[in-house]
Amino acid sequence: MSNESKVDCGRRRLVVATAAVGGAGALVALVPFLSSMLPSERAKAAGAPVEVDIGNLEVGQMMTVEWRGKPVWIINRSKTMLETLPELNKDMADPKSDKDMQPEYCKNETRSIKPEYMVVVGICTHLGCSPSAKFKHGPADGMAADWLGGFLCPCHGSHFDFAGRVFKSQPAPTNLEVPPHMYLTDTRILIGEHKKGA
Amino acid sequence: MASNTNFEKYKSDGSLQGNLLEWFDARFPATSMWRGHLSEYYAPKNFNFWYFFGSLAMLVLVIQIVTGIFLVMHYKPDASLNADGIPVAFASVEYIMRDVPWGWLIRYMHSTGASAFFLVVYLHMFRGMLYGSYRQPRELIWIFGTLLFLCLMAEAFMGYLLPWGQMSFWGAQVIVNLFSAIPLVGEPLSIWIRGDFVVGDATLNRFFSFHVIAVPLVLLGLVAAHILALHEVGSNNPDGVEIKKRLTPEGIPLDGIPFHPYYSVKDIVGVVVFLMVFSIIVFFAPEGGGYFLEYNNFIPADPLKTPPHIAPVWYFTPYYSLLRAMVWPLFGIDAKFWGVVAMGGGVVILAFLPWLDRSPVKSIRYRGPIFKTLLTIFVISFFILGFLGTKAPSYAFFDVIPGAPVAQILSAYYFLFFLTMPWWSKIDKYKPEPDRVTM
Repeated sequence: MSNESKVDCGRRRLVVATAAVGGAGALVALVPFLSSMLPSERAKAAGAPVEVDIGNLEVGQMMTVEWRGKPVWIINRSKTMLETLPELNKDMADPKSDKDMQPEYCKNETRSIKPEYMVVVGICTHLGCSPSAKFKHGPADGMAADWLGGFLCPCHGSHFDFAGRVFKSQPAPTNLEVPPHMYLTDTRILIGEHKKGA
Repeated sequence: MASNTNFEKYKSDGSLQGNLLEWFDARFPATSMWRGHLSEYYAPKNFNFWYFFGSLAMLVLVIQIVTGIFLVMHYKPDASLNADGIPVAFASVEYIMRDVPWGWLIRYMHSTGASAFFLVVYLHMFRGMLYGSYRQPRELIWIFGTLLFLCLMAEAFMGYLLPWGQMSFWGAQVIVNLFSAIPLVGEPLSIWIRGDFVVGDATLNRFFSFHVIAVPLVLLGLVAAHILALHEVGSNNPDGVEIKKRLTPEGIPLDGIPFHPYYSVKDIVGVVVFLMVFSIIVFFAPEGGGYFLEYNNFIPADPLKTPPHIAPVWYFTPYYSLLRAMVWPLFGIDAKFWGVVAMGGGVVILAFLPWLDRSPVKSIRYRGPIFKTLLTIFVISFFILGFLGTKAPSYAFFDVIPGAPVAQILSAYYFLFFLTMPWWSKIDKYKPEPDRVTM
């Protein structure tokens, strides 16, 4: 028999078909491996709401609690702190909280249910660092002379006010996130759950 | 490279005729590999100082693998808190440092080794730029090298999470969040990378797996490819002339000398000097003034509190500066996405160097003033970008010149250096290359 190389089209087609089916099978075999890297059922189930007692939180003070592995700040804002908010409207990227970063019931001037109590996720919307509190006016906390108080992200320098609103032209694209929350009593907050319109 | 066995040359009935080496050679290409890669691999005779860093990179790779094997015997990738309220992973590193016999030495060798690896690799890459080692026919060596550099960055980044200190945690948080900037797939992608909605135990465990198994395997494979490709085409040299153009009657390059014993012995001198410097750092300055091991990483990871200043380890800072330089949204996509593009692009653009450089000569010895000037500025700006990457974005030189715009200008230069290279490398003056290498 001669060894002349003639392409056997039928055989070539079978080779291509076999390779295609085998390749598809190999790709499908990737699915369980890649899926195993997704959050597990346990990770998805975690994140139960957190109940917080704010009875001892003094005016002008803030506390941090952990919810779904993230810091949530509760700030008892003083009158002077609240007065800075309208004053800063013009410097804010989203002064009226038009972007969906808060539940409907917190889409207001103070971004809160009760004006004095700010509840907000303390994670910068840029790359996820936790901003530092810079509550003092002016340069006392190492800020600019016209600083009215708020937060500064140490990683990339985003500035936020006492309502977690981001200043204009900052690395962070949006205001800080206000988590769903509700008042169980006057001094107890449940973070992570809310009744509609609570 | 010859890979045939010498089976037909020797007694093939399996009996031990001749010597053991012959028996072996009839079944495995031992002698032919030894010759092809060492005793009869002809390297140019004019290698200089810059040619130490390839073999040193392999030495550091071995140090990292050996010390890594022993660290894994004691390290625990576990983010849960122990009875004292300290994360188990963090506590296990402290345990290695305090209680494991000689554990401190092995750990400091590994952490110093990471910095040494990048130092040696940066010098090795710079050698390639000086002498045009990426030029035809060595494009593939250079591409494998770029991939090695990318893998090394991934390896270092994931390894840095393992001590589970503050810098480990927040560094990983920032870098993984970068992926969330990619339109449409970003958010699910970053969750898939973390394996959770926040950096946590799942992230720590998979980074451990990648750091000790997956990436090292790829690294070793790429090193083999890098060297096989090199030995296929032969080494470049400080003159950038091809030694294979002039051969002896036996077909050996006239300007070549066998790698072994000539360069194996020369490299041993480099190894000894390197180990002296390395030991001094390991024993007397393992933290490298906060640049090799950052002070904040001696504090256990706290997901509720970011340290007041976070910066990557020194070897990432030039690329971190590229990342931070992008502060404007483009085409309706967040600035942070473009930061990721700049950082990734800064590494990937290296792979295109063989096609960007249009100079008629390879080596800086025969290249013109444009190349010399632009390369000098490139090196200086790379250092300044690296310096600024260690500082807060608000940093100002002498409290006057703001760092952020400087970083932006230098980042633009970084890319323009490469992107305009086809043009300026062509019009630049050059001297004719000599026929043979000079000493």
